[in-house]
Amino acid sequence: MTHGISIQLNNFLAAFILLTSFALLAQRRIYGLLVIFAWQGFFLSLSSAIVAYTADIRHLYVSAALTLLLKVIVLPYILYALINKLNIFREVEPLVNIPTTMLIGVALVIFSYHLTAPVRELSTLFTRTTLAVALSTVLLGFLMMITRKKAVTQVIGFLAMENGLFFAATSATYGMPLVVELGVALDILIAALIFGIFIFQIRTTFDTLDLTEMEKLKEDS
Amino acid sequence: MSAPALTTLGVSHTEIILTSVCALLLCGFLAPFFHNREKFFTSLFFPVIALASFVSFAASFLAVGSGLTENYLISAGLPGLPFHVRLDPLSGFFITVVSLLSFFVSIYSVGYVKTFIGRQPISVIAVFYPLFIAGMIMTLLANDAFFFLMGWEVMAISSYFLVLYEDRNPKNRRAALLYVVMAHVGALSILLSFAVMAGLGGVGQETFQGYTFDAMRSASHTPFWAGVAFLLAFVGFGAKAGVVPLHVWLPEAHPAAPSNVSALMSGAMLKTAVYGILRVTFDILHVSQLWWGELVLIVGLLSAIMGVLYAIVENDLKRLLAYSSVENIGIILVGMGLAMIFYFFHMPLLSALAVTAALYHALNHAMFKGLLFMGAGSVLHATNERNMENMGGLIHKMKWTSAIFLAGALSISALPPFNGFVSEWLTFQAFLMSPSLTSQRLNLLIPLGAALLALTAVLSASAFVKAFGVSFLGQARSKHCAEAHESPWSMRIGMLLPAVVCLLLGVFPSSVINWMSSTSSLLVGETIAKSASGFGWAWLTPVAAQRASYSAPMLLLGIISVLVIVFITLHARKNAIHRVPPWDCGYGGLTPRMQYNSTSFAMPSRLIFGFFFRLKETVKTDLFHKRSPAFPGKMKYSLRVRDRFWGLLYMPVIDAVFRMGKLTAKLQHGRIHIYLAYSFATVIILLLMVL
Amino acid sequence: MNILEQLLTEAMQIALTALAAPLFVGWVRMLKCWSQGRRAPGILQPYRNLLKLFSKDILLAENASWVFRATPYVVFGTILMAGSVIPVISSELPLSASADIIALVALFGIARFFTALAGMDVGTSFGGMGSSREMMIASLAEPAVLMTAFTVSLFSHSTSLSVIVKYVQGLSFFLSPSMAFVFFAFILIMLAETGRVPVDNPVTHLELTMIHEGMILEYSGRHLALMEWAGMMKLFVFSSLGIALFSPWGIASDVAGVPFALLLVALKLTAIGVIVVLIETGMAKMRIFRVPEFLGTAFLLATLGMLSHFMLE
Repeated sequence: MTHGISIQLNNFLAAFILLTSFALLAQRRIYGLLVIFAWQGFFLSLSSAIVAYTADIRHLYVSAALTLLLKVIVLPYILYALINKLNIFREVEPLVNIPTTMLIGVALVIFSYHLTAPVRELSTLFTRTTLAVALSTVLLGFLMMITRKKAVTQVIGFLAMENGLFFAATSATYGMPLVVELGVALDILIAALIFGIFIFQIRTTFDTLDLTEMEKLKEDS
Repeated sequence: MSAPALTTLGVSHTEIILTSVCALLLCGFLAPFFHNREKFFTSLFFPVIALASFVSFAASFLAVGSGLTENYLISAGLPGLPFHVRLDPLSGFFITVVSLLSFFVSIYSVGYVKTFIGRQPISVIAVFYPLFIAGMIMTLLANDAFFFLMGWEVMAISSYFLVLYEDRNPKNRRAALLYVVMAHVGALSILLSFAVMAGLGGVGQETFQGYTFDAMRSASHTPFWAGVAFLLAFVGFGAKAGVVPLHVWLPEAHPAAPSNVSALMSGAMLKTAVYGILRVTFDILHVSQLWWGELVLIVGLLSAIMGVLYAIVENDLKRLLAYSSVENIGIILVGMGLAMIFYFFHMPLLSALAVTAALYHALNHAMFKGLLFMGAGSVLHATNERNMENMGGLIHKMKWTSAIFLAGALSISALPPFNGFVSEWLTFQAFLMSPSLTSQRLNLLIPLGAALLALTAVLSASAFVKAFGVSFLGQARSKHCAEAHESPWSMRIGMLLPAVVCLLLGVFPSSVINWMSSTSSLLVGETIAKSASGFGWAWLTPVAAQRASYSAPMLLLGIISVLVIVFITLHARKNAIHRVPPWDCGYGGLTPRMQYNSTSFAMPSRLIFGFFFRLKETVKTDLFHKRSPAFPGKMKYSLRVRDRFWGLLYMPVIDAVFRMGKLTAKLQHGRIHIYLAYSFATVIILLLMVL
Repeated sequence: MNILEQLLTEAMQIALTALAAPLFVGWVRMLKCWSQGRRAPGILQPYRNLLKLFSKDILLAENASWVFRATPYVVFGTILMAGSVIPVISSELPLSASADIIALVALFGIARFFTALAGMDVGTSFGGMGSSREMMIASLAEPAVLMTAFTVSLFSHSTSLSVIVKYVQGLSFFLSPSMAFVFFAFILIMLAETGRVPVDNPVTHLELTMIHEGMILEYSGRHLALMEWAGMMKLFVFSSLGIALFSPWGIASDVAGVPFALLLVALKLTAIGVIVVLIETGMAKMRIFRVPEFLGTAFLLATLGMLSHFMLE
C-alpha cells in the first residue's frame, strides 16, 4: 500500500466518521443509534489501523483493536441490553427539530475547519487534514447531548464525543501513549457501567428517562 | 460593439437626453390646463411621453454601445454649484433601462388611464407621471450631490402623489404615508453619506466643489470614514430598493399605486437605488474593504429568500408581485456582493462576470416586472379584482393578457429560453467561481449562499405557477371574473413589446453582454464580452467554453423542432376530441369552489417555512349539523399572514416615536408667553455658545 | 470528429433517449413485479401501452384551455432536449455544449412548470393538489441539486457535462469521499425528482397520495401518451445523468467506440434498475411532510460532499 492510497483511504474513512456523526443526529430510533455508533467505532478502528500501518507505529494497532472490541462490540451490547431491560420507548425525542440541528451541525463543521486551519499549516503528519473532522465529531457529539431529551441518547452522544477525541489524538499526534489509551479505554468502560446504573436509578426515581423531569429536583423557590 | 455614436453627427447624447427630460417636465407643467377634454388629452399626452422616453432610450442605448463619457454643465442651481451632468456607461445603462420601460408603460397608459376617466380626475396622474420619469432620469444623469438629491426628491415626491392617487381608500393613504416616511429616512441617509464623502474630499469646501462626484472620486478616504459612507449609502439606497428589512413600504405602496405606476416603480425606480449603490461603492469608493461585499451578499440573500417566501403566501396579485420585487432586488444584490468580493481579491474577470450578472438581472427585472404589473393592471381593469381567491378562468376571456402574463411568469421563474434564466445562470456561474478565492472561510460559506439562491429560484417559479394558475387557469371563482373582458389594444401592445424584449434578451445574451461591456469596464475595469462570445454568437460562455456554456438559440430550436415534429406526426392520424366534464370521482357536482385556491396552494410552503411568518390561523366549527347531528356543521377558516419584521423592527420605533411625542407634548401649553420664553431662552443659549 | 459523425452520434443519442426509455421502465416494472412475487407482463409492455394510448380518442375536460393542450408537447420536447445534451454514449456530443448542468436542471424546470399549470387548468382539486406538492418538492430538491453540481464542478472546474465526463474518465484510481457523498445525494434527488417511492408512487391512483399522477389525471389519448412517455424519459435521463457523472467509464470519444459504449450503458442501466427497485421495495411511501426531511438529508449529504472536498482533499 503506497502512501498516497493510504492518505486517500484515511480521508475517506474520516469522511465516513463525519457522516456517522450526522447520522447520529438524524436517526430517530434508538436501536438505529446503536448501529450507527458501532459503525462509527468500526471506521475509527480501521482508520487507526491504517495510520498504524502507514506511520509504522506499533501501539496504534493495540488502540485499533481495543476500539474495535470496546466500541463496536462491548459498549453497543451493554447499551442494547440496557435498553431491552428497561423497555425504553424506542423513539428519539429531540428538543430542537432535526433539520435545524443539522444546519447547526453544518455550521459547527465549518467552524472547526476554520479553527484547525493553523494546525494544518504547521503539522507535517499525513493525518493533519482529518483534524477538522475530529473536532467536528466532538462538537457534534456535544450538540447531540444538548438537543436530545433521553438519557440514553445522551450517553451515546458522550461516547461519540470520546470517539472524536480519540480521532483527534490520532490525527494530530498519531495517537496518545499506550498507557493513556488503556486508561481511557478502561474509563470508558467504567463510565458506561456507571451510566447504566444512573439510568436505572433515574428510571426508578422518576419512572421515566426524560431528563426534563430532572428539573423537579431543584428547590422550589 | 461600437455603435455609430451620434457624436459623429455633431449631436451630444447628453443634450438629447436632457431635451427629453425637459419635454417630460414641460408635459407635467402643462397637464393641468387640459382638464376639460380628458379623453382626447389622454390619447395625445401619453404618446408624447412615450416618444420622449423613446428618444432618451435611443440616445443612451447608443451611448452605452459606443462606451463614451460626456460631461456637461448646466449653469443653473445654487450659486457656485451649477448642475453637473455626466453620461457615462453606468448612468447610460440605467437610463436605457428606465426609459425603455417608460416607453412601454406610456403606451400601455394610453388605454389604462382612460379607465379612470369619470371616476377620478386624471390630472394628478398627468402631472406627476412625467415628472416621475424625468426625476429618475435626472437622478441618473447627476454628477454632483445636489443635482442627484434634487432628482431623487422629484422622483420620490411625484411617486408619493401617484401612490396616493386613489386616495378614497384609507389603506392607500396609509401606504403612501409609510412610503414617504421611508423614502425620506433613506434620503436623509444618502445625504449624510454624500456629506461624509464630500467632507473627506476636503477640496474647495467654501465653493461647494467637494459635492461634485468628481471630487469625491479623487478624494482619499480613510478606511473608517469610507466604511461609514458606504454603510450610510447602503442603508439609504437599500431603503429605496426595498431590501430586507427595509422593505415594508414596498408591498404596501406598489399595489396601492395605479398599475402603470406600479410597473414603473417596481421596474424602474428600484433600479435607480441599485444604480446609487453601484455608483457609490464601485465608482466613488472603489470597494476598499471585504466586509462591504459580504454585507451586500448576505443582505441580498436574505432579501431574496424572504421576498419569495412572502410572495408565495400572498393572495393579492399585486402584493405578490411587489414581494417578488424584493426577491429580485435581492438577486441583483447577490451579484453585486459577489462582484465586490471578487474585486477586493483582485480578480477583475470574475468581478466582471458577477457585475454583468447583476446588471443583466436589473435590466431583465425591469422588463418582466413591468410586464407583470401591467398584466395585473389589465386584470384589475377587467375584473376590478386584486384578490386571487376570487379570480380564475381568465384565460378564456383574456387571451392576450394571459399569454403575455405567462411569458412574464416564465421569465421571472428563470426558465429558458427567457431572459430571467440568463441572468440567474450568470449569477450561479459567478458563485461557482468562488473556490478560486483565497479565503478559506468564504470558500466554505459561499456555496451555501448558492444553494439558498437555488431554493429562491424554484420558490419563485412556485409563486408564479400559483399566480398564473390561480388567476388565469381553472374555473372562475366569482361572477365578475366570469364576465371579464380583454383590454384595449394600446394596453396589449404596451405589454406585448416587453414580452418580446424578454424573449430577445433571453435568446441573444452574448449581444447584450457585448453591448453592456463598457459598463462593466467602468465598474471593475474588465469585461466578459470577449470570453462570453468566444465560442460563437449562439453560445454564451462566461469565462471559457471549457468552464460552462449555454445556448438559448440551440435549446429553443431543439425544443421547437421536437414540438413541431411530434405535433405533425400525431396529427397525421385524426383522433376525435370530445369535450367532457372533468373527473368528479363519480359523485357529481364539482363546483369552482372546490378548486385548489391560492391559500391552499401555498399551504405546504407555509407549513415548512412557517418560522418566517407571523401566522394566525383559526378554524371555527359549529359543532353539529342542524338536521343530521352526526356531521359537523359549518366550518370557518381564517388565515392572516403578517410580516415578522414589522413587529420586530418597526413597532418598537413607532412606539418610541409616540412616547417621545408624548414627552414633548408637555412643552405645549398653548400660552403665547411660554412660547416666547422658549424662544428667548434659545437666543440666550445661542449667544452664550457664540461667546 | 467531422460534422457528419457528430450529427450521427447526436441522432443516436436522441434516438436512444426516446426509444430506450420505455424499455428501461419496462425493465424496472418487471423487476418490481418479481420482487413482489407477481408475474411480470413482459419488458415490452410500456411500448404497447403507449401505442394503445396513441390510437385512442381524447376526452378533454370542458374547461381545459390551450395551456392544457400544449403542455404534453412542451414537456415532451424539453425532456427529450434534456436527454440530447447528456453525453452518455459519446463524450463528443455536439449539443452537449448548449446546456451545462444548471441549464439542464432548468430544462426540467420548464417541464415541471407547464405540468403544474396543466394540473391547475381543469380546475379540480386533484390537479391543484398535485401542482402544489410538486412545486414544493421541486423547490426543496433544488438546493441539493445545486450543491451536487457545485461539488462536481469543484473537481473538474466545469459545469459542462462533456468536460466532467472526460475529467472523471481521466482519473485512474480515485476514492473521493466528496464524490461518494454526492453520489448518495444524487440518488435521493433522483428518487424525488422522478416521482418514485418513497416520495411519490408512480402506480398509485389513490386520491390523497398522488402527486405527479394527480397533475396528469385529466389527460387521455395522445396527450396522456406523451406525458407518460416524457415521464419515462425523465427517469431515463436522470439515470444517464448518474452514469455521466459517477460512472462515465466506457463512454466513447469517437464513433467507432459507440457500439461498445451502448453495450456498457445497457449494462449500467440494468444495474441502476436493480438499485431503484431494491430501494422501492425496501421502503414505504413517506408522509408528504416527511419529504422535506428526506430532501434535507440529500442537501446535507451534498453539503458534506462540498465540505469534505475542501477539508480532506
